[in-house]
Amino acid sequence: MNSFDQLSVKEIVDEVPDGCLLGIPADYSGVPMQFTKELIKKGIKNLRLYCLPLTTIQGDMLIGSGCVSEIEAAAVTLGEFGLASRFSEAIEQNTLLMKDSTCPALHAQLQATEKSVPFMPLRGVIGSDIQKHRKDWCIIPNPMNSSGIKDEPILLLPAVQLDVFVFHAACSDRNGNIQIGRRRELATLAHASKKVFVTVEKIIDEDFFENELSAATCLPALYVDGIALAKNGAWPCALPGAYKADNNEIKNYSIAAKTKDGFNEYMKLLLSK
Amino acid sequence: MELNIKREELLISQLADLLVNDKHVAVGAASPIPGAAALLAKEEAKIKNKRLRVTILHSNKYNNFTDGARELFDCAAQGRIDTFFLGGVQIDGQANINLVGTGTYPKLNKRFPGSFGSALMYFVVPQIILFREEHSPRTLVNRVDFISAPGVSEDNIYRPGGPKYLLTNRALFKFNKNDKKFLLLRLNHNETVETVTNLTEFKFDVDKNISEMINPDNERIHILRNNIAPMVSEFYPEFAKRIWDV
Repeated sequence: MNSFDQLSVKEIVDEVPDGCLLGIPADYSGVPMQFTKELIKKGIKNLRLYCLPLTTIQGDMLIGSGCVSEIEAAAVTLGEFGLASRFSEAIEQNTLLMKDSTCPALHAQLQATEKSVPFMPLRGVIGSDIQKHRKDWCIIPNPMNSSGIKDEPILLLPAVQLDVFVFHAACSDRNGNIQIGRRRELATLAHASKKVFVTVEKIIDEDFFENELSAATCLPALYVDGIALAKNGAWPCALPGAYKADNNEIKNYSIAAKTKDGFNEYMKLLLSK
Repeated sequence: MELNIKREELLISQLADLLVNDKHVAVGAASPIPGAAALLAKEEAKIKNKRLRVTILHSNKYNNFTDGARELFDCAAQGRIDTFFLGGVQIDGQANINLVGTGTYPKLNKRFPGSFGSALMYFVVPQIILFREEHSPRTLVNRVDFISAPGVSEDNIYRPGGPKYLLTNRALFKFNKNDKKFLLLRLNHNETVETVTNLTEFKFDVDKNISEMINPDNERIHILRNNIAPMVSEFYPEFAKRIWDV
């Protein structure tokens, strides 16, 4: 028996039901764009996106395609290429629920799930309008006396468990261990998700656990429910250690997505490829 | 010979001057000018046989972290980062910053990307430098529409960090924590206290030793164009191409 389930990208898409809470990696850690394209083709609805901690073109495309009802993130942006226009317009027209957060809070909520504790405390944030609008967060007096500050209030964040997390990586070994390099937030996302699927550039005939370096930089197969081959699967986003972002394409997207019509035209062409 | 200095180069030089006492400077998202300033300060420290660590979040090469994206925040909370840069769609006179949008939240007129890590970094990094190129009454406001991170906090809030400076393309301010007010320190060429006052919605104090921004000398410009520009192109290719054509 194979030591892991090899799927097609379409089979991964079938594992993502309407309305589920989907984990979204940042632009620097393996954006599964080929999967995202198939997800949009399928016409998925009411996705709730949990971004660690932000999303770029992936989130903007899903929002523009009407696949998303809710998003929790610290930012939605095209970085150097400006605003994520489909996201901004959806907020301005009140068609998308945004749970505004801040990077360390998004990490901490998943870290709580990693440890299976109900909440995680975080410093800072108190007094911001982020905190004021998050009714699912709460502030208590610090029950420990360790900080030396009298009556210190402390913010508690609920544990968040994702339904599905999908990301793209350079390779898996023959046993389904995934090479993630220094992008350890991918491990955090995986630990905190009920199901994890990975698209990879290639599957190599090695065992990452035979070597200390490759063992230390992999996500063990025990967290992975299925792997699909997807050549150039992060395009036009970068894949760390493998290829750079296609900045021309992201720029073209950023220009097209400024209007609804421009976006629709861009997506029609993309989905027909 | 006096070199022709670009506006961005002058701003990079102003920021680099604020980093001379640091041991570790970190630079976050969408920050090519702070990124270049940090690398410039590092290069100049090296010449003086001093060590400055620089972490550019969006770079693989100029990055000291191996524990994922949370390490920046953990590292900052541990007090291991001396300076970090934050921006804002709006910044107000009490140094509250807004990275979320304008209008009445959540029904915003204009939505911007979001707060990023500002809501923690502003509390824990000792020297936060606010950097916003556009200096106008719509960016430097009386009161921000949304507080991504507050400029000051109550005494019972854990807050070893906070705002120290604000740099725009017209002026450099220092933030006075006790008065909860900015102090105008330096003016860009062709600016006066009056022009800056007219373009700033919030009230500020004026330093009695107010001076003009000093242009980077030829040596600094040389380092910037020859050494730093190619480094910046690794993580902000569009910016490096636009400013230095590299």
